[in-house]
Amino acid sequence: MSKPESSGPNRSRRRLLSGMAALGAGSLLAGCDRITDNASVRRTLGSVEQLTYKAQRLIASRQALAQEFDKSQIAPVFRPNGTTNPQEDYYRTWVENDFADWQLTIDGLVEQPTTLSLAELGAMPSRTQITRHDCVEGWSCIGQWTGVPLADLLDRVRPRDQARFVVFHCADHTYGGSDLYYESLDMVEAYHPQTILAYGLNDAALPVANGAPLRLRAERQLGYKQAKYVMRVELVDSFKNIHGGKGGYWEDRGYDWWAGI
Amino acid sequence: MPSGIGPVANPKPDSSSKPASEPEALESSRLIKRHSLGTRLWHWTNFLCLIVLLMSGLQIFNAHPALYWGEQSGFSDPFIAIHAQAGNDGEQRGVVRVAGYTIDTTGVLGLSDDNGQLSQRAFPRWATLPGDKWLTMGRNWHFLAGWIFAPSVVAYLLYTVISRRRRGSIFPTWRQLRAIPRTIVDHARFRFHHEADYNGIQKLTYVLVLFVLLPMMILTGLTMSPLINASWPLLTELFGGRQSARTLHFICAFSLVGFFFVHIALVLVSGVFNNLRSMVTGRYRITESPAGPVNREDSHE
Repeated sequence: MSKPESSGPNRSRRRLLSGMAALGAGSLLAGCDRITDNASVRRTLGSVEQLTYKAQRLIASRQALAQEFDKSQIAPVFRPNGTTNPQEDYYRTWVENDFADWQLTIDGLVEQPTTLSLAELGAMPSRTQITRHDCVEGWSCIGQWTGVPLADLLDRVRPRDQARFVVFHCADHTYGGSDLYYESLDMVEAYHPQTILAYGLNDAALPVANGAPLRLRAERQLGYKQAKYVMRVELVDSFKNIHGGKGGYWEDRGYDWWAGI
Repeated sequence: MPSGIGPVANPKPDSSSKPASEPEALESSRLIKRHSLGTRLWHWTNFLCLIVLLMSGLQIFNAHPALYWGEQSGFSDPFIAIHAQAGNDGEQRGVVRVAGYTIDTTGVLGLSDDNGQLSQRAFPRWATLPGDKWLTMGRNWHFLAGWIFAPSVVAYLLYTVISRRRRGSIFPTWRQLRAIPRTIVDHARFRFHHEADYNGIQKLTYVLVLFVLLPMMILTGLTMSPLINASWPLLTELFGGRQSARTLHFICAFSLVGFFFVHIALVLVSGVFNNLRSMVTGRYRITESPAGPVNREDSHE
């Protein structure tokens, strides 16, 4: 090392540089936690979601199909998550009657609101797909789903022009809280050919743990979008009058509405 | 430019030599401009981004602290899992399970101090962003930093490939590759040559980091998106499935952590002031061999 570096002006410069580096690293670690608590920082972080949403809509084909797998790849047990056994009285009664008196309601901004029994749904043309479920936590599980394409149901009720989102209202109070689970999709994902309301898993009736009698499969979205125990499908132009106003149970608790990653 | 940084010797006509106003001193060393403003901004932006990405990534990992190979999660047989379990004495222990082996990591991994009490979490509070268990906020930080990091990496790599001068400073020449054994011996003896050009090992490392690890981070990160998987199925297939891609994302991240520590160690032992100065102000002091000045205009062609 050359001598002049330890002379006067360089020594102070050296101290300054090392000081800056140490300060930078230290305040970064402590600082990130502190500014996470700041509301406007949280808004900024959340607005990144809009960037991701628009970028993904731009680069991904609207009709691109999620990969479908071979029967041999189906997981032995499809891992249930969230609510796995709703304790609501009405739900227990449905289970006892094998969902014979259960009905799906489709309403909101539609020309022809309707209700359908499980038998009526089963009589409609169905789609079966073996797909991979990707949970926001990071794990994946492959299962075979059978159900009615949501597009067919939407064609039946005829959404009005103002309809921008499809909201799925569920029967379960998540973690025994006071709020019912709900989720929503934009019209692009709602009309996607692999978006189905499923009543079958792995060639059997949908088990209670996985959302009996009917659950959403939107295969290009993360797991928390896949609403279980669906009892009502509502078409809306905004989320503002629904629960916390963010378009979903987890969204009301800070999760991104856009669940494309 | 700041004057009085140091002496300039060998004032031969050269476009990048210092103004003659600088004091004369040591004969065999002089300052050169090593890093452009763009490189320096890129370096420190990436440094901040990578720290945020790592710590928020560990927060996300903590939501499901296990890694698998293949398309989906074989929950009973993970490749790596970090969790807490009861030890022989009935006490909770933090453990890492890797390919069948179990390592006790109590205090750091699996079970660690969380505001004064031992709590079950894969990575400890001090390593995650935010410190609390908060997946949503971890994702928000991860995507914010990712949106700065990924475009800047892509732009930098394109520029490096397009610019002849940058190609020269990153890709090793045959001469440098042949000199690698000698460079290893020199490093082992803590004998560092302060030359304008990087040596063969440095260049191979930068090629590995810039053209393998950083692109791998971005591409495996993209395959965490179900929508991207639907649009570009070949990308996921290339990595051997979605869970393999997640595992590779983790392995590449820790390879970068490994690079970071080697990088810091070498910065420290090979002249921390000179190195830091070169990455802050751009100026780097080189020493020249008695046989004559190092050819710092090495053409690399």
